Amino acid sequence: MDPATACLIWAYNDGRTDQAGFTMTLALHRRALLLGSAGLAAASLSAAPRKALAQNAPSGPFTLPPLPYAAAANEPHIDARTMEIHHDRHHAAYVNNLNTALKDHAQLAQQPLEQILAKLGEVPEAVRTAVRNNGGGHANHSMFWEVMGGRGGTPSGELAQAIDRDLGGMDKLKADFNAIGGRVFGSGWVFVTVDRSGKLALASRPNQDTPLMEGGRVLLGNDVWEHAYYLKYQNRRPDYLAAWWNVVNWDKVAQRHAAAKTGTLTI
Amino acid sequence: MAFSLPALPYSSNALAAQGMCQETLELHHDKHHNAYVVALNGLIESKKLGGKSLETIVAEAGKQGAEGLPVLNQAGQHWNHCLFWQVMSPKGGGDKLPGALAAKIDQDLGGLAQFKEAFKQAGVTQFGSGWAWLVVGTDGKLKVTKTPNGSNPLATGEGTPILGCDVWEHAYYLDFRNVRPNYLQNFLDKLVDWEAVNGLLSSGGMKSGQTA
Repeated sequence: MDPATACLIWAYNDGRTDQAGFTMTLALHRRALLLGSAGLAAASLSAAPRKALAQNAPSGPFTLPPLPYAAAANEPHIDARTMEIHHDRHHAAYVNNLNTALKDHAQLAQQPLEQILAKLGEVPEAVRTAVRNNGGGHANHSMFWEVMGGRGGTPSGELAQAIDRDLGGMDKLKADFNAIGGRVFGSGWVFVTVDRSGKLALASRPNQDTPLMEGGRVLLGNDVWEHAYYLKYQNRRPDYLAAWWNVVNWDKVAQRHAAAKTGTLTI
Repeated sequence: MAFSLPALPYSSNALAAQGMCQETLELHHDKHHNAYVVALNGLIESKKLGGKSLETIVAEAGKQGAEGLPVLNQAGQHWNHCLFWQVMSPKGGGDKLPGALAAKIDQDLGGLAQFKEAFKQAGVTQFGSGWAWLVVGTDGKLKVTKTPNGSNPLATGEGTPILGCDVWEHAYYLDFRNVRPNYLQNFLDKLVDWEAVNGLLSSGGMKSGQTA
């Protein structure tokens, strides 16, 4: 096999479960991932959710929200395959692991996620890290899908005014947000936070931490774990950060801003 | 003297048949590792690193906690990747370990199978980015451990690494996507150059030979 082919076709089917509790049968044509929809037709991905790990892992109370749009909705800026793996594998794993961590803590598991995360200190120590990592991952990704699927552009109305007032306008917001995202060393997130008065600020957090863990609220955020961009952008995180603005759904973000001001914004 | 990117000790397509494709190795070495070297060189003057060995810089930065992170991130990653390239080989893999290493693993870790499970577990449970390690601990015994991001056992003072596996997603995402356990299994079964690891055991660990 020539080396390029070895690189292009890496198949595995060994019956082991991944962290999401899935058994994967995956034969992916490497180059197909980078060629877009024509190439994707040539790729095959079949993954059967299996009950193996799920025999012990409860199916709730937390559930994976479906993507609110097709996986290809953010093309060409975020490729469909990345969206599929990100949502169906990575996010699913956080949900599954969160339910597993809370399975013997029924009372805690009934609380809203943002309340659990705001009071991590009250989570039993034995599962605190698991709740932090996986509860944070669930909250972050749920927010992430919601604020994407748009066509970029610029917001209007009160949100635009708040961006001008608190973040120096759209151009400065993008530049500062991208710079902060670029500086996250390792895995993490870059956020715009919002308080009850509608005031905005920039923040970053490592891994799956979120401003929710200090009782704050997130207006929008971008995932700078490498899994969010590696298939399309490889090591070029700045290019991913710049392109991401093209898929922001400002109508949704404006709704989140309004909800923050009425105290109804959750995760 | 500045830090430099060491050449890969094999061609970038040499590990493709063993689960680490050419594109992964090129990106990982030419882009990621190189970026750490460039960033570290950019810190030599402002952080007064001149004349110090890479190993000293890593250990000192590790003792400084959060304050040392800007240096540790780059210096640790430079050291970590130097080791990483050395402990893989096109002739790697298999379960026939050199005598001294095999005996030491049997004695300290309960045998190769148990070691592999512990190492895999360390890599899988390193949340986010980081490394899994086999180290010679300060008590002289082998130990499996893990560190986040650019840190390593020289920085934490846990001992001397003789094997390290990069579990940043860039190390495996093109080959294994989200399935980190399979990447770790493949690394242990097909990529590790046990002769090199045995050499590091007998020599007291990697000396990068790199100085600011």
